[in-house]
Amino acid sequence: MNWGVFISTFLAATIEVIEMIAIVVAVGVTRSWRAARVGAAGGLLVLAVTVAALGAALQSLSLETLRLVVGALLLAFGSQWYRKGILIVSRDGWTTGIGAEDVDDGVPAGFDWTGAFLSFKGVSLEGLEVAVIVVAFGAAADALGSAIVGAAVSVVVIGALGAATYRYVAAIPRRALQLFVGAMLITFGTFWAGEGLSVEWPAGDFALMWLGALYVAAALLLMRMVSDWRRDVTARKQGEVASAAGAA
Amino acid sequence: MVVWRWFRGVVLFLVDYVIGDDWTVAAVIAIGLLATWRLAEAGGAAWWLLPLVVLAANIQSLHRAVRNGG
Repeated sequence: MNWGVFISTFLAATIEVIEMIAIVVAVGVTRSWRAARVGAAGGLLVLAVTVAALGAALQSLSLETLRLVVGALLLAFGSQWYRKGILIVSRDGWTTGIGAEDVDDGVPAGFDWTGAFLSFKGVSLEGLEVAVIVVAFGAAADALGSAIVGAAVSVVVIGALGAATYRYVAAIPRRALQLFVGAMLITFGTFWAGEGLSVEWPAGDFALMWLGALYVAAALLLMRMVSDWRRDVTARKQGEVASAAGAA
Repeated sequence: MVVWRWFRGVVLFLVDYVIGDDWTVAAVIAIGLLATWRLAEAGGAAWWLLPLVVLAANIQSLHRAVRNGG
């Protein structure tokens, strides 16, 4: 078992699994639990097929090319989570979770196909991002099994928690998690893209540690900078409004 | 028709997945990768360049997002 890959895919999957559960629970509570379960099972099946197909496609690339492609992909995608996390945590604080979903628009008698479709769509679309991360991590680290197990454990553990009581899942600070997982994705992205380009990292594989520390420290610093920029923008807007009112 | 819609959906998903809400970050990272490759090929120490480019790309994107009300 590659524990680094296991933990990375577990945490990355957890972010999306929380959203999946928000949708499935919303369908279950407001429409039909049977439809929610059928839709979720269909969505998970689609994800399993996607992981298998992507995994098979990536096996044909050389390890160097694979690390460059996966590294570039993780850098672009991880940057999005990194920035989103910094923007939202600096504005709303560390404990921001996730709001309730609203999917109740009239439940028909019999099997609720709309509810099943909503649940299916939620699970398959939210999971697609995780499927790409799982395959990319697994293939680049040559540990596809550990990556799949990490994501599967997240689905089972967070799924069971959500089925028992959604309250706890909703309280997971999703945006803070997104910030740290974003930092982790760009850490691996930088390292693997560098490896693919034949970069000699100081301290070899331990470069993952200092790269991770660098990106997390930068995120904490950037949160303060973003707060300062926001204050400046607000002050400038208020100044403009005041001078416009004065001119009128 | 169904195949075309499916193909278009997959392409749109991939573009959104890789580029997201700010294409300049992906563009700067692509340039950074190219510069790192050239530096490594030339035999220079290239390890410092990519982290610097990644941070610079994210900082300029965050600054623009805040200016636009983000």
